[in-house]
Amino acid sequence: MTTPDDRRYSDEHEWALVDGNIVTVGVTQFATDSLGDVVYVDLPESGTEIVQFDKFGEIESVKAVSDLFTPVGGKIVEVNTEVTDMPEKVNEDPYSVGWLLKVEVSDAASQLEKLIDAAAYDQLTAE
Amino acid sequence: MSTPFPGEIDRRLLNERSVSGRIGLQVQELDVPEQPLPDAGLLRSEPAKLPEVSQPEVVRYFTTLSTMNFSIDTNFYPLGSCTMKYNPKVNEEMAFLPGMAGIHPNQPDETVQGALQLIWELQEDLGEITGLPGVCLGPLAGAQGEYSGLMVARAYFQERGETGRTVALMPDSAHGTNPASAAMAGLEVVTVPSDSQGNVDVDALKGLVDGRTCVFMLTLPSTLGLFETNILEITKIVHDAGGLVYADGANLNALLGIVKLGDLGFDIAHSNLHKTFSTPHGGGGPGSGPVLVSESLAPYLPTPVVTRDGDAYHLGSPDKTVGRVNGFHGSFGVLVRAYAYVRAMGADGLREVSENAIINANYIRTALSDEFGIAADRVCMHECVLSPQAQKAKGTSALDISKRLIDYGIHPPTMYFPLIVPEALMVEPTETETKDTLDRFIAVMRQIGKEIYSDPDLLHNAPHDTPNTRLDEANAARNPYLRWQPDEDLSAAD
Amino acid sequence: MTTNTSPYIPNTDADREAMLAAIGVKSFEDLVQDVPAEHRFPDLDIRQSLSEFDLTAEIAALASRNATPGEYACFLGGGAYRHYIPSVVKSVVARGEFLTSYTPYQPEVAQGTLQVGFEFQSMICEITDMEVANAGMYDGPTAFAEGALMACRVTRRQKIAILDTVEPRNIEILDAYSRHQGIEIVLIGHDGDIPDDASCLMFQSPNQFGGIEDMAALADKAHAVGALAVASVNPTSLGMFRSPGECDVDIVAAEGQALGVPLSYGGPYVGLFACKDAHKRQMPGRIIGRTTDTKGRIGYALTLQTREQHIRRERATSNICTSTALIGLLMTTYLAVIGKEGFRKVAELCYHKAHYAASQIAKLSGYTVKSDGPFFHEFLVECPQSPADINRALLDRKIIGGHDLSDRSPNGMLICVTETNTRDEIDALVEALSNIGQPSAGNGGK
Repeated sequence: MTTPDDRRYSDEHEWALVDGNIVTVGVTQFATDSLGDVVYVDLPESGTEIVQFDKFGEIESVKAVSDLFTPVGGKIVEVNTEVTDMPEKVNEDPYSVGWLLKVEVSDAASQLEKLIDAAAYDQLTAE
Repeated sequence: MSTPFPGEIDRRLLNERSVSGRIGLQVQELDVPEQPLPDAGLLRSEPAKLPEVSQPEVVRYFTTLSTMNFSIDTNFYPLGSCTMKYNPKVNEEMAFLPGMAGIHPNQPDETVQGALQLIWELQEDLGEITGLPGVCLGPLAGAQGEYSGLMVARAYFQERGETGRTVALMPDSAHGTNPASAAMAGLEVVTVPSDSQGNVDVDALKGLVDGRTCVFMLTLPSTLGLFETNILEITKIVHDAGGLVYADGANLNALLGIVKLGDLGFDIAHSNLHKTFSTPHGGGGPGSGPVLVSESLAPYLPTPVVTRDGDAYHLGSPDKTVGRVNGFHGSFGVLVRAYAYVRAMGADGLREVSENAIINANYIRTALSDEFGIAADRVCMHECVLSPQAQKAKGTSALDISKRLIDYGIHPPTMYFPLIVPEALMVEPTETETKDTLDRFIAVMRQIGKEIYSDPDLLHNAPHDTPNTRLDEANAARNPYLRWQPDEDLSAAD
Repeated sequence: MTTNTSPYIPNTDADREAMLAAIGVKSFEDLVQDVPAEHRFPDLDIRQSLSEFDLTAEIAALASRNATPGEYACFLGGGAYRHYIPSVVKSVVARGEFLTSYTPYQPEVAQGTLQVGFEFQSMICEITDMEVANAGMYDGPTAFAEGALMACRVTRRQKIAILDTVEPRNIEILDAYSRHQGIEIVLIGHDGDIPDDASCLMFQSPNQFGGIEDMAALADKAHAVGALAVASVNPTSLGMFRSPGECDVDIVAAEGQALGVPLSYGGPYVGLFACKDAHKRQMPGRIIGRTTDTKGRIGYALTLQTREQHIRRERATSNICTSTALIGLLMTTYLAVIGKEGFRKVAELCYHKAHYAASQIAKLSGYTVKSDGPFFHEFLVECPQSPADINRALLDRKIIGGHDLSDRSPNGMLICVTETNTRDEIDALVEALSNIGQPSAGNGGK
């Protein structure tokens, strides 16, 4: 799966896709490849305020657990309950059905400047 | 494993075999007058739904289940860091003597002098073997021993007013219980890197110890099976910074009569009686994890400790005890077995244990390291860590090699630990295996080495003939099914 | 040619010579050069090795110096109980395939251990009426402490409320486990208020004096402040008494020793741990789950391992690694053998015998039965003299008396009666107490 170039990335292997002032957040293919079969995702409740780059949850496979660090800060307006019910969705397609959060962000532009583009992310993971 | 006869094993659970009215035991009748019952609101509304099976069914069920297990009694178990040595049968007999298995923990000391003497003598022997004379045999497993040892360290510094000592240093190769126990003890975990020879990076350690260091936790030999070349320098560095040095004694099987932990500068240690001292693993316990300390730390040991006063033995609390970590006096049944083992081996025997354990591990290392790769290319102690990266590049992982060993009747080695070694396979043969068994293991590994190139699916689909082939662990975690539920049929597979 | 000394070390001098040559060294010493020379090969000042004949004689001699229940009538409880262990239990646990196998990290070669563990979990749920259980912990008291710590994780509160009828030793253990985690422990009485920042209310039924608690009322009280109800129960009592699941308890701990495990001077035992399904990912300890293999057949495996130390390390739900699987096997076999009917019958035998004993002791002058509420098989007696003196006198009559509770109740003795105490034994105890309790010249009753 090629890294979609319609969004920005963090070096913690998360992506942020902007649509007005709502940013959708998820993990990358690289992350799911390293984890293996995702068995559980621990996400916060809708309405929670989060700060850019802070830990917001955890993602587990059979043999590993990783912290999730949000690429953007703001108020969570929607949580992907499909993924909490069927964590395998994250493996299926981490960039579409496997999305994790939708965040209302007031200063999207300045926050996104702190993230990198698809090409830079590919370079990061090639190392 | 031993199957009683070929064919499918009936895997039905007890509740699936249960038939109303069957009993497994004739319980005695009431021989006193019936007494008034309490308020009905306090009583069960209906009996607990335990299964109803007859005695012959119970015997057949459990006996058949046992045939689906590998065990030391039936198979070679080169499990690194677990020390799967022979569990002497005489130790079982001793633990089940009525005078040992039948005594109650709340009996007054004067009625259990034999038991207290046994505990006291084992305290003394373990103290002598490790060079750490302050011994508490209370902790019920290594992890509990670790936690107890860390509590001792904290209490020691608290009393000295050094309350800023809140960091536990440990190598990147540490066993998971080390950071877990440290976190429970309120310590911040800081990792010290290893060098290319598998030793603690001494320069890095120097840079990390300071006034905040509470303990440096070290496994010796390391989890790579290697003896720290600079051990004396390491313990000195920590002591010079005012910290204490903790030994994770899981690998003590390499050190009996070879060197004493106390002589090397360790202040605190725990031992695993179910590893080094031959007590059975039981499928996951019970264990026993004594905590051992230097003379000056002995007053802080957990409760209880046995003391001797002339001919009389007493169960008591050290003066500044950190308290109690479990309900009674330790895993006494396990202590009886360990005591029997130490008495049977004696000083000479214990040294022979370590000598043979070390020779056996090096024999395997020499035979297999070229083909399978080795974590560090030097003499090992009682275990060695293979690193089959070339095989992984060919598409066959350490997991596949491990599962294929099962087809040859050999339990896999410890896999993927320590975390710092890629495709780690930790092999610990122990001293109770014959050279023939080791030769067969080597031959089997070489055979598997060839299969990787000639027929890799044999490995990818291994094991082939066990009662279950590889299990879907992702499904087990995604859809946890953790107890019997009625109305589930046997072929349930979502 | 020398013969080996130890039967547990098979390789001979010839074997070792061949292996050293293959390794490429001249002697064993060459393999331990990293060990500092000045500390290498210390003398171990421990006794000489023993033949099996001498070993068994020495240990039998130690055993003979212990007063053994069975040879003595036993009325001692206080957290460990003498019950009849069926022969089937002992024969199953002697199977080497159970006894000498390893933790089931390789499920394909451990289906015996795993299926037994699944039965164990199921049975704990059946007797407690709780939704999920783990595969066992060290013992009841540590399971109880772990339950309270779990409540702190689930509620994200750092205070634990404990009812003052809980056995003090359990509180000591909780203190040891929680001391370095910034957790506050608050003791409250039955009429006291639970702080509204408490993560849980811990209580024990039967309590330290043998009395049955109203678990449903206590659970309600906890829930009213958003705290969890954490109960420690006696598993034998569940054959008769209302289960914690029926009382809406959130986390249950228990000591499993009473179910088929020898007294063995305090261990090894097994801690039972169960909770509501919603909290299962915060449970400590190993958990066994059912799944299928590559051929679609049902099998069992350790699951939810990401809670544990070998994966989560310093953020693990507990540091527990090796636990008590074999003792769990003892318990599972016991419950399989006594079954639904036997579980109820054993509880009833204990209840009626204990109440009979209490009623007889109540008639003795100088003795007062202090247990005024409902009890199961243990009750508190105020004695005319110190329990220590009474117990010494009882020993002369081949009786092991009750647990000395005089540190918390004047001349208090906790007497325990189980199905192993015959009527003759009970009557002999009563007679002995009567004789011992007679005030005589120079022997003041206090």
